[in-house]
Amino acid sequence: MRRFSLSSLLSESLKGHRGWGRQWRDPQPKPAYDVVIVGGGGHGLATAYYLATVHGITNVAVIEKGWIGGGNTGRNTTIIRSNYLYDESAALYEHALKLWEGLSQELNYNVMFSQRGVLMLAHNLHDVQSFKRHVYANRLNGIDNEWLTKEECKEFCPPIDISGSLRYPVLGGALQRRAGTARHDAVAWGYARGADARGVDIIQNCEVKGIRRDASGAAIGVETTRGYIGAKRIGVVAAGHTSTVMAMADVQMPLESYPLQALVSEPVKPVFPCVVMSNAVHAYISQSDKGELVIGAGTDQYTSYSQQGGLHITTHTLDAICEVFPQFTRMRMLRSWGGIVDVTPDRSPIIGKTPVENLFVNCGWGTGGFKATPGSGHVFAHTLATGSPHAINAPFTLDRFRTGRLIDEAAAAAVAH
Amino acid sequence: MLLIACPYCGNRPETEFRCGGQAHIARPSDPGSLSDEQWAEHLFVRSNPRGVHAERWNHVHGCGRWFNARRDTVSDRFLETYKMGETPQSQKSTSTDSTSTQAEARA
Repeated sequence: MRRFSLSSLLSESLKGHRGWGRQWRDPQPKPAYDVVIVGGGGHGLATAYYLATVHGITNVAVIEKGWIGGGNTGRNTTIIRSNYLYDESAALYEHALKLWEGLSQELNYNVMFSQRGVLMLAHNLHDVQSFKRHVYANRLNGIDNEWLTKEECKEFCPPIDISGSLRYPVLGGALQRRAGTARHDAVAWGYARGADARGVDIIQNCEVKGIRRDASGAAIGVETTRGYIGAKRIGVVAAGHTSTVMAMADVQMPLESYPLQALVSEPVKPVFPCVVMSNAVHAYISQSDKGELVIGAGTDQYTSYSQQGGLHITTHTLDAICEVFPQFTRMRMLRSWGGIVDVTPDRSPIIGKTPVENLFVNCGWGTGGFKATPGSGHVFAHTLATGSPHAINAPFTLDRFRTGRLIDEAAAAAVAH
Repeated sequence: MLLIACPYCGNRPETEFRCGGQAHIARPSDPGSLSDEQWAEHLFVRSNPRGVHAERWNHVHGCGRWFNARRDTVSDRFLETYKMGETPQSQKSTSTDSTSTQAEARA
């Protein structure tokens, strides 16, 4: 791997930037690997990266049916925060946020992580009480989160209308200053480049069609469109298609896959300094470095694999955006798209073992997986390398749906998140 | 937005409906005899197929009645809608579809 540095940048600028070359190889699959990761999104690539760097396991393949980062990694609104209510979730997302804080240096790849702050608006008394509870719970867990009055909200983010004339007036907000955004594609590319440099094979355009098991029932490899690939351990990180992949090993998952949409406006000059989320009216908005307003809509009500959602879902979100930020009423929306998110009954992920020996799964991130990318990969790599979960992902078992020990962030947030 | 044929009212826009999730999940007849695994499966495990999905819908902003539908989750196209208790017409034509037949066998 050629490192990016001031000297390499200077020398390439003199040569017209023609010498950078490929950032990762396009290898043929080998007959067998120590670990095969199914799914080349951010989480899968991060898992491969940490397997190589933390655990020294480099005989690893990441198998991707399309192109890396082409699924939900490239389709989200790039919001990163860790102010979750429950201890288990807070530990997991804070682990990720700490890794985000050093990620560009670690990967030698600029993921454009920007800690511009995420402000969650409260529109009614229930919101106020719930958010304050979040603030206190977060502080007990050592996570920064603070309550702002509506005037302080306006000062932090001037486009917000706090006049009180709204149908759902802004009463205040919870602000996590260390939260922010990152460039989603760069995250996938940075991890891919780092993993590839350490010997991981990233195999694109290769769809898994089956999981082969031996007489004892243990998983021993995957059937793919590019032939059979043996594996000592298999990690499924297939997001919205996890149910389909796991069904190949006869494992039924507590998952449902829904379309989740996002959209961007025409690019404009800097007008929006932070990320604002409003659960009550359902609006998520930030401004990308290109100048586009990045807006997250809700999920459709039915399960689907279509990677598109209903127009009325995005319309509803834009109604909310225009209500809270009247200055955006004349903005034009440029593009919209959908991703397929895998949602668990308690809205917390599943990271760990499955009933099938040597088959591991990392799924159920629902509508909020991007923020966890580094932490998810880090703990899942630990699970794959050692065969047992890291302390941080130990509560996030598949078995919790049998024991009843749920991590019910669904009830905590009162919104898909 | 989908156009959904309510078996009672005919074609109506999706915003008049609520989706009630996977259909034909029968409540256990003897709840006390179920193991934790069986409860987990009943409460949480869903077929989530990439293909034909049997699901419940409620025409909440119309007649208010529940009905079942079979829909392709790849194209979102409704194959048919049918009243509660009725057998879907397309059952025979899609008998090779193992996921939905499994779901219905469970009911």
